[in-house]
Amino acid sequence: MADLRCNVAGIKSPNPFWLASAPPTDKKYNVVRAFQAGWGGVVWKTLGEDPPVVNVSSRYGALEYNGQKMMGFNNIELISDRPLEVNLREIKETKREWPDRAVIVSLMVPCEEDAWKNILKRVEDTGADGIELNFGCPHGMSERGMGAAVGQVPEYVEMVTKWCKTYSRMPVIVKLTPNISDVRKPARAAHGGGADAVSLINTINSITRVDLDLMAPEPVVDGKGTHGGYCGPAVKPIALNMVAEIARDPITRGLPISGIGGISNWRDAAEFIALGSHSVQVCTAAMHYGFKIVSDMVDGLNHFMDEKGYAKLSDFIGKAVPNVTDWQQLNLNFKTIAHINQDHCIQCGLCYIACEDTSHQSITASRVNGQRKYEIIDQECVGCNLCYHVCPAPGAITMMNQKATLPYLNWTKHPHNPMRVK
Amino acid sequence: MGNEQVRESAGARVTIAAERQARSLSQEEYKKTFCDIHPALDSKLAAVESSRCYFCYDAPCMEACPTTINIPEFIRRISTGNRKGAGIEILEANILGGTCARVCPVEVLCEQACVRNKAEDSPVKIGLLQRYATDYIFENKIQPFTRAAASGKTVAIVGAGPAGLSCAHQLSKLGHDVEIFEAKPKAGGLNEYGIAAYKMLENFAQREVDFLLGIGGIKIHNGKGLGTGVTLPELRKSYDAVFLATGLAGVNALQLVGEQLPGVINAVDYISTLRQTKNYSDLKIGKKVVVIGGGNTAIDIAIQSKSLGAEDVTLVYRRSASDMSATSYEQELAQTHGVTLRYWSKPVAINGDEKGVQSVVFEKTLKNVKGELEGTGEKFTLYADMVFKAVGQVLVPALLGEGAELLKISKGKIEVNAQKETSVAGVYAGGDCIAHKEDLTVVAVQDGKLAALAIHEKLTGRKLGLTGGKING
Repeated sequence: MADLRCNVAGIKSPNPFWLASAPPTDKKYNVVRAFQAGWGGVVWKTLGEDPPVVNVSSRYGALEYNGQKMMGFNNIELISDRPLEVNLREIKETKREWPDRAVIVSLMVPCEEDAWKNILKRVEDTGADGIELNFGCPHGMSERGMGAAVGQVPEYVEMVTKWCKTYSRMPVIVKLTPNISDVRKPARAAHGGGADAVSLINTINSITRVDLDLMAPEPVVDGKGTHGGYCGPAVKPIALNMVAEIARDPITRGLPISGIGGISNWRDAAEFIALGSHSVQVCTAAMHYGFKIVSDMVDGLNHFMDEKGYAKLSDFIGKAVPNVTDWQQLNLNFKTIAHINQDHCIQCGLCYIACEDTSHQSITASRVNGQRKYEIIDQECVGCNLCYHVCPAPGAITMMNQKATLPYLNWTKHPHNPMRVK
Repeated sequence: MGNEQVRESAGARVTIAAERQARSLSQEEYKKTFCDIHPALDSKLAAVESSRCYFCYDAPCMEACPTTINIPEFIRRISTGNRKGAGIEILEANILGGTCARVCPVEVLCEQACVRNKAEDSPVKIGLLQRYATDYIFENKIQPFTRAAASGKTVAIVGAGPAGLSCAHQLSKLGHDVEIFEAKPKAGGLNEYGIAAYKMLENFAQREVDFLLGIGGIKIHNGKGLGTGVTLPELRKSYDAVFLATGLAGVNALQLVGEQLPGVINAVDYISTLRQTKNYSDLKIGKKVVVIGGGNTAIDIAIQSKSLGAEDVTLVYRRSASDMSATSYEQELAQTHGVTLRYWSKPVAINGDEKGVQSVVFEKTLKNVKGELEGTGEKFTLYADMVFKAVGQVLVPALLGEGAELLKISKGKIEVNAQKETSVAGVYAGGDCIAHKEDLTVVAVQDGKLAALAIHEKLTGRKLGLTGGKING
């Protein structure tokens, strides 16, 4: 079996699966259950200053798609609404009872040096393995100048990170908000401030749906709603891209990343790891199915690594990063075209109508002895993959890479590019 | 077992000695044995099932439906929560979509064509989804249809079964008045008198008729049919057009000695009585029942015999399982209800005395080199307290009354052209009284729709096309 031990900037855990700072990590009771189930670590739900925040009733909204519950999920819950003292005591007890697991404490206090200085000392006393700075929470706290309100201003990110590095010996992870146009800016700021790692993404500003009877956004609180933080499987593609952007940025390259965003299984985790994540954080999937999902995450990742010959996580951390490039570097002479395997085709016609109505009219529809037959017109196919994606029959459509007849050529040198390099 | 000997079918008069009757069941037991064969989907199941539909382009299911219901469209409407729109989409193509959802042999129609069969052998449950959609319209008493401006024309229809009702509804929609002549006391035809009770629960046939008539412009004269109160020449004279949807009044006979014995009953007669019975314990059923035939009527009477409490029910068919017109699904249904199926055997004698039938002697059969059925000489006897004959229904031209001899009959059915017009100009026909590959409710509905289209063109000079299963305009 592969070695799944994980080390993020000195924070060690027996596997890379951590529970993200969220409701599942609000109390010792939940965290102990998570450790019993096999989670490698937790990021404790964000602590703030006393008096604790007050949460509303009716907190979650969800996107159901085609019968799949919680494809996307959002919340308008704030940070921990329990007294600081209670949380610190439970953190200390938990870490003492589970020394091999990573216990990281998420923090959010006002943007004042003293506020951070004070809380850091108290957290350090718990014996926690590290801290995560919540610069991402998009609702409620941001209106009070915290959370995403900090994360959206790179200068603040750098300043607070510096305070934390100054007043604490603990490794500092900066959690980044995706509610920004270029995620590399706050990542560089965290790096500049001395962060030991970054974690991303936090949740995305969202309204999951509108209650058409109440005419109000969900979740509805006494007739009104507000934007919440979006997460779950639907956000994974956004998170993967942001992780890759930081992993391949010349300034932040090599900075450890804890990947977050829609991770529901070992395969999602492996993808985040391949794009440079040292650990991954999970929330929605655990909230959907309970902590036991970690069992297959560990098992599946193990078998995957064995099959690929990766003995330890570092054997494939960031392995896909060199293959993430800018569009202008892509080979314009590469050609792939669709092929329909008639033995596997179920004659649903979805490929045909997708291509005919919305793409390149590269598929013909005919009848042969009364049977429907769909075929690719090779000369017309641009290799867009649409038919492959809409096809519900496994193996019916394959994309066939064509033998290269012309050498590699990218946009920077293409004759159509007026700015081309000559 | 030819159809040379025929007689008009009538309600079943059953005489059977008390000691040979199966005991009556309790009301609770009847409720169980006559429960809905395909319970309706609830909203959760409908959501799951509708999400399985791929929304095919050029969908094979739609082509397999004799009324060309736009199946992917109505299923998509279910999946988006537009149950009303789904129901209307169905009813526009098939006004008896509620019955068809319950009785269609979907396993050889839409569901057989479903592309899901190819990879996983598990089609989308189109029939149940159709019921889910149409039930919404009936339960909420939605009347989605309106009539076009009155044309001033009146069409006579003979028979208020699926074909007659379908034709009447389309004509009414197009602005024509309709008068239906129905020999039976209730409208609905086989929906009311012929289909197995466990497929049409809670008086569905009449509820559907009420919905259909809700459009207005359709008047039904009960107790009147061709040869019983009206004649074809009268109808032709008094109305602008005539549509014949008489169904099949005759039943085939076995032509065996002993066929007249008490306890030897036409299955269609018994089912007709059963369907009108308020209390199943009023019906007499034998302990040992033998059913002769291979169609849906044979299956229906065999299962219902069991449901009524018969101890042993054996269905005997002269050819193989795959030759049966009852689908393999229907045959399995009979088997799971405890009916024994025996193939390759034909009845050669019915024995009994004046008190009633006692046994049926069968001879084993095989297909000879010429492909013809012949007896092997080997015989066996099945004891029987009751015997049901279910060997097909036929048109009896003589029963169509005075003036009906003008109608050209070919191969035992009323001959029609592509527009469903008979040899008599202005007289159209459809449903079981004209020739089809198979007599199905859904085919009758389509006949009625096409005839209405042709009649409309004849009466107004306006030709209307079809988009899928829906009449344009």
